Amino acid sequence: MRPFDYQRAERLEHAAQLAADDDTMALAGGTNLIDLMKLQVETPQTLVDIGRLSLGEIADEGDGLRIGALASNTATAAHARVRSDYPVLARAILAGATQQLRNKATTGGNLCQRTRCYYFTNIDQPCNKREPGTGCGAIDGIAKLHAVLGTSPHCIATYPGDMAVALAALDATVEIAGDSHERSVPVREFHRLPGDTPERDNVLEAGEIITSVTLPAPVGGTQIYRKVRERSSYAFALCSVAAVIDMADNRFTRADLAFGGLAHKPWHDPRIADLLVGSEPSPALFDKAADLLLEDARGYGENDFKIPLARRTLTAVLCEATGVEA
Amino acid sequence: MPITINDTPHDLPDDPRVSLLDFLRSHAGLTGTKKGCDHGQCGACTVLVNGVRINSCLSLAVTHDGDEVTTIEGLGSPVSPSEMQQAFLRHDGFQCGYCTPGQICSATAMLKEIAAGWPSDATDDLEASPKLTGEEIRERMSGNLCRCGAYANIVAAIRDVAGENA
Ligand SMILES: Cc1cc2nc3c(=O)[nH]c(=O)nc-3n(C[C@H](O)[C@H](O)[C@H](O)COP(=O)(O)OP(=O)(O)OC[C@H]3O[C@@H](n4cnc5c(N)ncnc54)[C@H](O)[C@@H]3O)c2cc1C
Ligand code: SF4
Ligand code: FES
Ligand code: FES
Repeated sequence: MRPFDYQRAERLEHAAQLAADDDTMALAGGTNLIDLMKLQVETPQTLVDIGRLSLGEIADEGDGLRIGALASNTATAAHARVRSDYPVLARAILAGATQQLRNKATTGGNLCQRTRCYYFTNIDQPCNKREPGTGCGAIDGIAKLHAVLGTSPHCIATYPGDMAVALAALDATVEIAGDSHERSVPVREFHRLPGDTPERDNVLEAGEIITSVTLPAPVGGTQIYRKVRERSSYAFALCSVAAVIDMADNRFTRADLAFGGLAHKPWHDPRIADLLVGSEPSPALFDKAADLLLEDARGYGENDFKIPLARRTLTAVLCEATGVEA
Repeated sequence: MPITINDTPHDLPDDPRVSLLDFLRSHAGLTGTKKGCDHGQCGACTVLVNGVRINSCLSLAVTHDGDEVTTIEGLGSPVSPSEMQQAFLRHDGFQCGYCTPGQICSATAMLKEIAAGWPSDATDDLEASPKLTGEEIRERMSGNLCRCGAYANIVAAIRDVAGENA
């Protein structure tokens, strides 16, 4: 690990001021950042420890719920209202990492966790995300974990997290504060596509700190998080689907879906809800939904399997939610 | 403020790069906690911080001033082993023993987590209290790998301590 200067932030404004420096990074649970610092993938000159700021609260916000940036993933998944009103979120968190890691991992850190691309985490390899302009090792290399939607010639990495996929299905909002401003960004717009600036994972600007995530009033319905991975516990998603689905008179009245493991961001395609809502569930309809989702999908060899896998996972979730047999 | 390890206060290191794991082993001389992967993947370094289990390899010692850390040495000793330590002995819950301190710290914390009602990926009904089934134990212990594959006996030891309802 490279030497760095350690600073403890006493107040949010203090943290934001320090973080405005390009060579400074915020430290929350550390489960991603310290890992990457050991690998010298991240080499901040200053670490600003935000861990003791009072941003850990989970509290009602109108009919919705506000989850503090420093709430642990464990606290969020165990929260009574998350379990009863937003079960897809509890399920997504519990499907990720291990209990030890979730005890330390935070809301803000989870949202900002970096890709698991093997070229990104190996400093001897070319990687446009880690070192812009060096090329993308994965595009013609080992790309099993990589994206099939929204890729660019510069980067085909996936956003690896589970929690944010559920937050995208629930249409949650990320609350952000700078030294002298605050802003809100829908989770669906928080992560970005790589384009020609893959070094930027999300829309946070230097000096901005996530303060909380707010969930809208609960919508009920059937909530499912289905994660497909290489072993049944403790592995990143190859493909995941978060679904909030409601029906009346055998027609969809709600079909909010988000997908993990397929893109540089939790993938949300509003055309899928437009197609499903108002229609009667059927295997033919589910096929059309998958056609829409995967219209522009492209594989890179090793990850070609993700295209049929995404179709099957989506179909399985829709079947489970509606009782239709595939 | 110092860090308290097994009821003894220690001064924090000057170098902020020192992980809690390295601090325990090299500075505090408590070598019971093991380094497996050093990247959060194996669980050998599991300790309790303020009663909650974490991977000590992914935490900087300097962030822990004022915290109470419990390591395997703090759970019990050869002359007075904890209930979980005795159960691991009784059930042969190890072979080489390298993963064992982490397994025992993890298992000790896990039983408290279930008692506190924290759900896991194996919990069927999110709104009910989790039950102490074999499936729950395996899922909740999935962050502790054992290269010797002593898993069956580890689960047996934990069930033994958990008692009737396991
Ligand atoms: C072995 C292993 C397995 C894992 N498996 C999974 C899995 O299956 N699914 C999954 O979703 N995740 C998984 N993870 C990742 C884990 O969820 C993340 O490491 C964790 O959520 C990061 O949170 P943290 O608080 O520790 O972040 P940190 O490591 O402290 O920070 C991560 C990043 O976020 C930034 N940051 C943190 N807080 C803020 C804030 N408030 N505002 C702005 N920036 C901030 C930091 O500067 C840093 O860049 C796994 C991790 C490991 C080590
Ligand atoms: S996919 Fe992205 S993260 Fe991976 S090597 Fe290419 S540029 Fe780097
Ligand atoms: S040494 Fe910490 S998890 Fe492996
Ligand atoms: S007993 Fe040898 S690694 Fe578990």
